[in-house]
Amino acid sequence: MAQAAETRKRGKDSESSNSVTSQPPATNQAMSREQLVKAYGDMLLIRRFEEKAGQLYGMGLIGGFCHLYIGQEAVVVGIQMALSEGDQVITSYRDHGHMLATGMEPRGVMAELTGRSGGYSKGKGGSMHMFSKEKRFFGGHGIVGAQVSLGTGLAMANWYRGNDRVCATYFGDGASSQGQVYESFNLAALMKLPCIYVIENNKYGMGTSLERASASHDLSVNGAPWSIPGAKVDGMDVTAVKAAADVAVAHCRSGAGPYLMEVQTYRYRGHSMSDPAKYRTRDEVQKMRTERDCIEAVRHLLEAAGMGEDEFKAIDAAVKARVQEAADFAQSSPEPDERELWTDVLVEG
Amino acid sequence: MSTQILMPALSPTMTEGKLARWLKKVGEDVRAGDVIAEIETDKATMEVEAVDEGKLSQILVEEGTDGVAVNTPIATLSADGEAASETGAKPGAPAPTAAKQPAPEPLEDRKVVADKAVAAQVTPASTAAAPERDWGPTKPMTVREALRDAMAAEMRADDRVFLLGEEVAQYQGAYKISQGLLDEFGPRRIIDTPITEHGFTGMAVGAAMDGLRPIVEFMTFNFAMQAIDQIINSAAKTLYMSGGQMGCPIVFRGPNGAASRVAAQHSQDYASWYAHCPGLKVVAPWSAADAKGLLRTAIRDPNPVIVLENEILYGQTFECPTDEGFTVPIGKAKVERTGKHVTIVAYSIMVGVAMKAAETLAEQGIEAEVINLRSLRPLDTAAIVESVKKTNRVVTVEEGWPYAGIGAEIAMQVIEHCFDWLDAPPVRVHGLDIPLPYAANLEKLALPQPPWVVDAVKKIV
Repeated sequence: MAQAAETRKRGKDSESSNSVTSQPPATNQAMSREQLVKAYGDMLLIRRFEEKAGQLYGMGLIGGFCHLYIGQEAVVVGIQMALSEGDQVITSYRDHGHMLATGMEPRGVMAELTGRSGGYSKGKGGSMHMFSKEKRFFGGHGIVGAQVSLGTGLAMANWYRGNDRVCATYFGDGASSQGQVYESFNLAALMKLPCIYVIENNKYGMGTSLERASASHDLSVNGAPWSIPGAKVDGMDVTAVKAAADVAVAHCRSGAGPYLMEVQTYRYRGHSMSDPAKYRTRDEVQKMRTERDCIEAVRHLLEAAGMGEDEFKAIDAAVKARVQEAADFAQSSPEPDERELWTDVLVEG
Repeated sequence: MSTQILMPALSPTMTEGKLARWLKKVGEDVRAGDVIAEIETDKATMEVEAVDEGKLSQILVEEGTDGVAVNTPIATLSADGEAASETGAKPGAPAPTAAKQPAPEPLEDRKVVADKAVAAQVTPASTAAAPERDWGPTKPMTVREALRDAMAAEMRADDRVFLLGEEVAQYQGAYKISQGLLDEFGPRRIIDTPITEHGFTGMAVGAAMDGLRPIVEFMTFNFAMQAIDQIINSAAKTLYMSGGQMGCPIVFRGPNGAASRVAAQHSQDYASWYAHCPGLKVVAPWSAADAKGLLRTAIRDPNPVIVLENEILYGQTFECPTDEGFTVPIGKAKVERTGKHVTIVAYSIMVGVAMKAAETLAEQGIEAEVINLRSLRPLDTAAIVESVKKTNRVVTVEEGWPYAGIGAEIAMQVIEHCFDWLDAPPVRVHGLDIPLPYAANLEKLALPQPPWVVDAVKKIV
C-alpha cells in the first residue's frame, strides 16, 4: 500500500524529533473508478444537503446555530471509506457531513434541523446533537473538545471488550487548544487505545486563525510527547485522505495505540450561519473554491477515467432528489408532541 | 421551471434587513454557491449565496431597499434556456408563510403543561407509606467495607462493570475503599488513572455511551469540578438530546464535604450542585446499609448516578443486612427515629448529628422524628410531607452552604405541599456561608454540631 502521507513518530527512539518539519502532503493516491464514483456521490450529497440546510435556515425553518460543512466533504468521506462496520465515529457540532457519511438518512438529519418529530433526536437535539446507535455515530457534541475525551472512551470500550474496532474521533483546529485533548492523548497512549484522532484543520476556530490561537502550527506533531504517530494530510484530496486513513486504521486495529491525522481543509461558509466572515478575504475563499475544491478534483479524475456527462448527470439528479425529499420531509414532519417535554430525561425502570 | 429567491435570515434573531447590493445582473448565469447579493443586518454585512443553478431572470427588490422582511421574494431564477417571461412561483416551493413561528399555544394548554411539570416532580403523598423491607439478620460493618462489598458484588454479577480512578488499583484506594479489588478482578477492571479528572471522566462517559458500566472514583468530589462539564453536559444531558437513544449508565462516587482540617478547597459539599440537574440521580448514604444498598442500586441503574460519600463516615460501623440480595431503592428516605413534636430532615453525616440532637431533645421531653433522606434526586418529598403533617414542624440539617441549598429546597417543598399543617416556619441548620477555615477552633465553629440542631428545634417547639 502506498504511504498516504508523511508519517512520523517522535519519542525516546527519535533523537532528532525537534527538527521534524512539514513536507508537502502527498496527493492523488490511487482509487478504483468504483471508489471514486462512491466518493463523488457521497461528497456531493453532503454539499447539496448543506446548501439546502443553508436555504432552509434562510427561510427561518431552521433555528439556533447551524454550522455547515461545505468545503470539508473530502475529510469525512475519505476517512469513512477506510472504516469498517462496527467502528465508531464521534465529532463536534459541525456534524451533518459526518452523519451522512456514516449512512444516516438525510431526511432524519434534516428533520432534526427543523426541530420535527421525525428527526434523529425527535426534535430535542437540533443541528449539533444527533446520534445513531445503529450506524455507530455517537454525536454531535456542542462543547468544543468534549468529544475528544468521549471518543477516547469509545475506543476504551473496544479495548475493554477485546475486539478490533477503532474509533474515529474528529475535532477542529480550534479544539486542539483544549486541555482535555491532551489528557485524552495521554490516556490513549498509556492504555494503547484504538483511537484515530482526526484534526480537521480548516484554518479558523470561529474567527481566530490557527496562527493567532496556537503556538503549535504543525498540529500533526501535537501527539509527539506521547509518541503518537501523526500524519499531515491534504484534506481537499479525498484519495489522499482515504490512503492516510488506511494507514491510521491499520495502526489502531493492530493494537499499536492511537494515531493522529491533521487533515488540512477549508470551510467555504462562515463558522455558523451568523458569521459575517470579516477575518478572511473573499479572494481567499474564492481561490480555494476554484482551485482546490474536493468535488471538482474527483470529477476531473473521473472525467480522465472516461466517465461521461450522462453518468454525472444521473448522480447529480439522484442526489438532488434525495436532498429534496429530505427537505420536504423536514417540513411536513410534525413538531414533537408536548408530552415529549418530559420523556428521555432519565431511562425509566 | 423557475425558483424564487427569498430574503434569507442570516442569524437566529434576524427578522428584516437591507438589500445593500446585487452582485449579479438580470440575465446572468448563477451557480450554486455564487455570491449574488449583499445584505446588511443590524450586526453586519453578509453575503447571500445561491443555492440553485439557473439564470437570474428577474430582480424583485432593488438594491438599497431598507426593511426587507425575511422570506420576501427578492429575485427569480429560471432554469437554463427558459424565457424570462415564464417566471412564476415554483409549484412545490415553500410559501413565505412556511417560516412563520408556530402560533402561541392557547392558555389552557400552557396550564396543562405546567400541571404536568408539578406532577412529574412530586410523588403524591398517598404513595409514601410503603414500609422499609425487612432484610433479616445483620452484622456490624464499616461504611468502607460496605462500599467495597457493593462494588465487588456487582462486578461479579456483570462483566460490563469496572472501576477507574486515581490510586484505585495498586495503591488499594486513597481511602482504601477498593482494597483487594485489583487482586480479585485484575487490571482490566480495576484501572489506575493518571491525575486527569477531565480526561478520565470524559473517557468513562464515552465508554458508558457504548454500553459499558463504569464506576468513576473521585479521590474527593472537590476534584470532580475539573470534570463537571463531562458530568453535566455529556453524561446528564445526552439521553434527552438524543431523543432517548444514547443513555449513560455510570456511577460517579467519592467522598464529599468536609473531612478534618483540610481547608476550603478540599471540604465542599456538592449536594445542591448535582441535585440541581435533571438527568442525574443523586444519593448521599449515611450508614453502612445505606452505602451498600444504594451503591449496588446505583451501579445497576441505567442512568448517571452521583454517590456522595463522606470520608469521616468511612471508618464508622453500623449494622448491615447480610442477605446477598440486599439493596436500597433510590428515591426513598428512611425514618431513622420516630417522634411527634418535630421533623428533622438530614442526609449523609448530618443524619448522625441529627440523631445525637434527638437524644438530647428526648431527655428534655421533645420527641423528634429524624428522616435520613438517602436520595437527594429524586427527593422523597412524600416521606417529608407525611412526617410534617404529623409533627407540624420541620428543621433541615446540612453541612453545605445555605444559599440555594438542599435545606432551602426542602423548606419550599414543605411550604408547597403542607403549608396549612405548619405551626412554625421551617428552620435551616447548615454550614456557615464561608470557605471552610483550617484552624481547628474556626473549623469547629463553621460546621453544624448537635447543639445547633437542639437550639433550632427549641426555637419552634
